[in-house]
Amino acid sequence: MKMLAFAKRNRKEMMRDPLTLVFGVGFPVVLLLLMTIIERSVSGSTGVRVSQFEMQNLLPGLLVFGLSFLSLFSGMLLAGDRESSLLLRLFASPMKTLDYLLGYALPLMLVAVLQSLICLFVGLILGASLSWRLLLMLLSLLPCAMLFLGFGLMLGSFMTYKQVGGAASIVVNVAAWLSGTWFELALIGGAFERICYLLPFAHAVDLVRKAYSGSGNVLENLLFVILYALLLLLIAALLFHRRIKGGTARK
Amino acid sequence: MEAIKIEKLTKDFKSRRAVNELDLEIREGECFALLGQNGAGKTTTIKLLCCLLPPTSGEAFVFGKSILHEADGIKSIINVSPQETAIAPKLSVRENLELIAELYGVERSEARRRAAELLEKFGLIDRAKDRAKSLSGGLQRRLSIAMAIITEPKLLFLDEPTLGLDVRARRELWSLVAQLKSEMTVILTTHYMEEAEALCDRIAIMHEGVLRAVGTMDELKERTGMDNLEDIFLSLTGGEDLI
Repeated sequence: MKMLAFAKRNRKEMMRDPLTLVFGVGFPVVLLLLMTIIERSVSGSTGVRVSQFEMQNLLPGLLVFGLSFLSLFSGMLLAGDRESSLLLRLFASPMKTLDYLLGYALPLMLVAVLQSLICLFVGLILGASLSWRLLLMLLSLLPCAMLFLGFGLMLGSFMTYKQVGGAASIVVNVAAWLSGTWFELALIGGAFERICYLLPFAHAVDLVRKAYSGSGNVLENLLFVILYALLLLLIAALLFHRRIKGGTARK
Repeated sequence: MEAIKIEKLTKDFKSRRAVNELDLEIREGECFALLGQNGAGKTTTIKLLCCLLPPTSGEAFVFGKSILHEADGIKSIINVSPQETAIAPKLSVRENLELIAELYGVERSEARRRAAELLEKFGLIDRAKDRAKSLSGGLQRRLSIAMAIITEPKLLFLDEPTLGLDVRARRELWSLVAQLKSEMTVILTTHYMEEAEALCDRIAIMHEGVLRAVGTMDELKERTGMDNLEDIFLSLTGGEDLI
């Protein structure tokens, strides 16, 4: 009940911030439209298909990219609360660390689901094939959402509001460029590709692509994403718990 | 019954001692002022009593519950209005009140009833649907105090409740705090002498983490031989221990 009341508050705070809606839902949809138009234009005029921008690759990549904004939303929400005295007031309440983290996570997961459904709907209009695998793809997005939530909550637990904006933007950019969404990582190969696969982003995109296409083993990708997500959420929980015990929301 | 019993409570921050072997008892139903200049240890004392900070040594009991071992029990019977206005800016005034009630486990229907009552009592009914961030500083502070009492705490901490407010807003808050005195034990920190004098039954004066004096206004006058609180405060915080 306490956790749900806090989650309700966080949902309202987020939904009343137009930035959340614009970036959370609008930006991935705009990119999906734009890239589809570019792909059709290029293949129409030159006859060359850009496989990266074909729907079966583009849609999963953009769904993961869209989720990366969760790190920004969650980090800024948490850091903003820390900078106001509200969190200090809440620390004096009987709420537990888990109430706080679930209270932040639940509404963000709701944003993730809404964002993914809207993006998927637009993808279907633009030619994504309708099959039961779409359900699998949606399921595979859950650990990816947890991953970005973990990044945001961890950053928000120790950075200032301004710092979180910058740091989460780096996460969004790294997630975009080192995930294989915009170009095949094998094209560069070598150490670059190996580093990309030490990070969770390429695994997240591969996981969602494989879930959608039904080809390839997802186990390694799934493990990477889940382990990263759990590690980040654990760090966030520890940092947050330390703040509650230390009685200081800010420093 | 004692609302608070403090025994040799000490808090160190690295090399600085913020609260030094504090011994104090506060009776149930009292309005009690902790007076001191910035850095005197008032806010740290409140944080210790709210179980927001662990003490370095010593112990305190809130309605018989230990701050060291019964934090959950204490947190459910106290509430605090922090020094800076602590509201959820994008929630409406009514939503802020209901939020705090529900976070303390109050049923939704009861939270609504209490919120309606407090909106009326605190003169916020016309602004109930407005976002909290659109309120003036004085109204935000009122809301912040209303949020602290919606859980019907046995013990209310008001940390510098009128800091930064203009004279009119301060007087309006005084009248609200005066009404609370009959309903709960109130501990108020302030560095406004007239605030402590106007509102509180007893006054404690802290200086550099040490309790320099405690008593009613008359007792402090008698002990120091001075007529006004400002003189008493200056004499106690500039010289030797007069407890």
